[in-house]
Amino acid sequence: MDGLKPRIADAMHRQSQPTVTVLSTLLAVQDELGFIPKEAVEEVAAFTGSTINDVWAVASFYPNFRFEPPCLHQVEVCWGASCHLVGAMPVIEAALQASGLETEGDTPDGRLTLRYNTCLGACSQAPVMAIDHHLIGRATPESAKSRIADLLAEQNG
Amino acid sequence: MASFEEIAAESQQRWEELTAGGQPWIRIGTALCGKAAGCDDVIEAIEAALQQNGVAAQVSQVGCLGLCFAEPLVDVQLPGGPRVFYGSVTPETAAEIVANHVAGGAPLAHLALGYLAAGGSDGTVNSALDGIPDLNQHPMRVVENRVVLRNAGTIDPEDIHQYIANDGYHALNQALTEMSPEEVLEQVNTSGLRGRGGAAFSTGTKWRFLAGSNAPQKYILCNCEEGDPGAFNDKAILESDPQTLVEGIILAGYATGTSHAYIFIRHGHDGPIDRARAAIVQAQEMGFLGENILDSGFSFHLEVALTGDSYVAGEESAMMEAIEGKRAMPRFRPPFPAQVGLFGKPSNINNVKTLAYVPQIISRGGEWFAGIGHDQSTGTVILCLTGDLKYTGMIEVPLGINLKDVLYEAAGGVPDGKALKLVQTGGPLGGVLGAGNIDILLDFEILRSAGAILGSGGIIAANEDNCVVDLTRSLIAFCQYESCGKCFPCRMGMSHLLEVLERICRLEGVPEDLDLMRKVGQDMQAGSLCGHGQLGFNPVASALRYFGEEFDTHILDRRCPTEVCSVPRFSPVASRR
Repeated sequence: MDGLKPRIADAMHRQSQPTVTVLSTLLAVQDELGFIPKEAVEEVAAFTGSTINDVWAVASFYPNFRFEPPCLHQVEVCWGASCHLVGAMPVIEAALQASGLETEGDTPDGRLTLRYNTCLGACSQAPVMAIDHHLIGRATPESAKSRIADLLAEQNG
Repeated sequence: MASFEEIAAESQQRWEELTAGGQPWIRIGTALCGKAAGCDDVIEAIEAALQQNGVAAQVSQVGCLGLCFAEPLVDVQLPGGPRVFYGSVTPETAAEIVANHVAGGAPLAHLALGYLAAGGSDGTVNSALDGIPDLNQHPMRVVENRVVLRNAGTIDPEDIHQYIANDGYHALNQALTEMSPEEVLEQVNTSGLRGRGGAAFSTGTKWRFLAGSNAPQKYILCNCEEGDPGAFNDKAILESDPQTLVEGIILAGYATGTSHAYIFIRHGHDGPIDRARAAIVQAQEMGFLGENILDSGFSFHLEVALTGDSYVAGEESAMMEAIEGKRAMPRFRPPFPAQVGLFGKPSNINNVKTLAYVPQIISRGGEWFAGIGHDQSTGTVILCLTGDLKYTGMIEVPLGINLKDVLYEAAGGVPDGKALKLVQTGGPLGGVLGAGNIDILLDFEILRSAGAILGSGGIIAANEDNCVVDLTRSLIAFCQYESCGKCFPCRMGMSHLLEVLERICRLEGVPEDLDLMRKVGQDMQAGSLCGHGQLGFNPVASALRYFGEEFDTHILDRRCPTEVCSVPRFSPVASRR
């Protein structure tokens, strides 16, 4: 994990906006690494003049922060009301089934993280899912299944 | 630094070159709706087809025109001609459009959704194309009165010159050169503008609170933490015409004697974030932000602040906590933000839409704005139409329009021959209205007395196949997940409500459950610091008001009339535990 330190420092210092806070610094680190490693909590505390406790308090509050290295692919499925009414639940069930997961989380092979999202913002195209932050509208159980199967089957991806 | 007149003249010249110069202009919708519909593949296909056909064209990525149902939406304007819109474009039809229309000069009537007349540089209006309807006659557009959305889908959001050429920054120039801060504030007061984030509080009054403070450091905070499922108009403004918001924020700063502002957005919504940041940089380069703006002596600074995933971060005091880098949890009030706000300084919080109205109010006068709308609800409202509707998308209509007309005319009614069952308005803390109660004017007071709220403008329609208990459970599941946990009546109340609703959905509810939910709802309302807990019972209350019988059927007859609850239903929140 020693190799992460320069990247953490770089991400913290690269913030260009005038207002730098614990939250903005954590977001910058997660953007760089895809997660918040333990040593980043210490670095962020030192960088922002806060305590480790303060940093953990913020990092554990917002569910977008994760503390383990991310999987290769990020799949998000929306369950907001607009999506719910036009078939989000069957899409989520299909996505879970294709990933071999019982609920949101990581596949054991580290290929895919599935997350429920409360609103991906493209409600007019419901049901919506996203693969690696790329939005996909009018999702169906079939399309969700085949896209996830493609991700899992990818060679050397 | 160039004078405003010089900047405006250059922008005008560039605009004429774009619309009537030598090259065709191709515009593609790239807001979140366009992205989800696959616009990236269409852009790639257009670029390839241009190369293949050996034609040069200006290709621009614009925001959302509002006709989201037809995304990916592409419009082609030949020099000096009208704009021709193609809906639901695929990479294949994109190639066909480029070959025939862009390269060949012949619009494809069988693929076109409609045309919009464009004024030629000589003042003539070019229109009327064989077999292609006027897009302004489309049901979604015919009801519109575009104030905030006047440029949405038309200008390139990343080119400040296109905004200036369409009257942009004229209001700021006018305010800084001809008006005192008090006169700007007075126009906003006269307009009757009320907050479009949900609370509908008088904007002029709110600004006066801040203007009255002599503190050397004050803040304007623009709230774009739009976490409500079914609402995307704040994000759409940032994606479609961010400069109109930036200009509105600067005007708010001038009127209230404030020098710093933040636009607050959720991390991860990259389209709106990138366009807001690009807009700020361009406004700085033009001298509309920074020190001594347009030589007026007024200085103003604007930056983007990001939050992590949190719905409550959209609540004004929780938002200030998040900008300070802390957990997004609401504060006790008093003191109110106008006295003790961000970093302890006097602050004013407005929604994106509210601030985006301001440039037009200054240009056209408060009286003009007050003349639109209904009673105490002046101006327009931007509605996001989603769910079981033929035309889903975003429209800007005068307040006071009948909800029934919005649903059956503008949105084209419910598809597949189904009947409308209910609409859910105002986000997850709003309410539902039954299909029999939608003959109602969209007005802040009228909707509130009907048990629904206009909120930030989300209108979600559900057809007869949907179960109201199941929908209510989903809404409460959202509210439970998003409760920040600070006030126990909200934290525990939401969990309790969800538990009861899940029981009713499993057809295991008992008659006492309805009164139990009402009691929990009362406690939440009385014992929560912010709207999340105070309004959190709304979805249940309005569902019971309009669909009490359906709850009774679940509980007393152990039967779901729509059969939605007859099979075990997957619940993301339940599976999380």
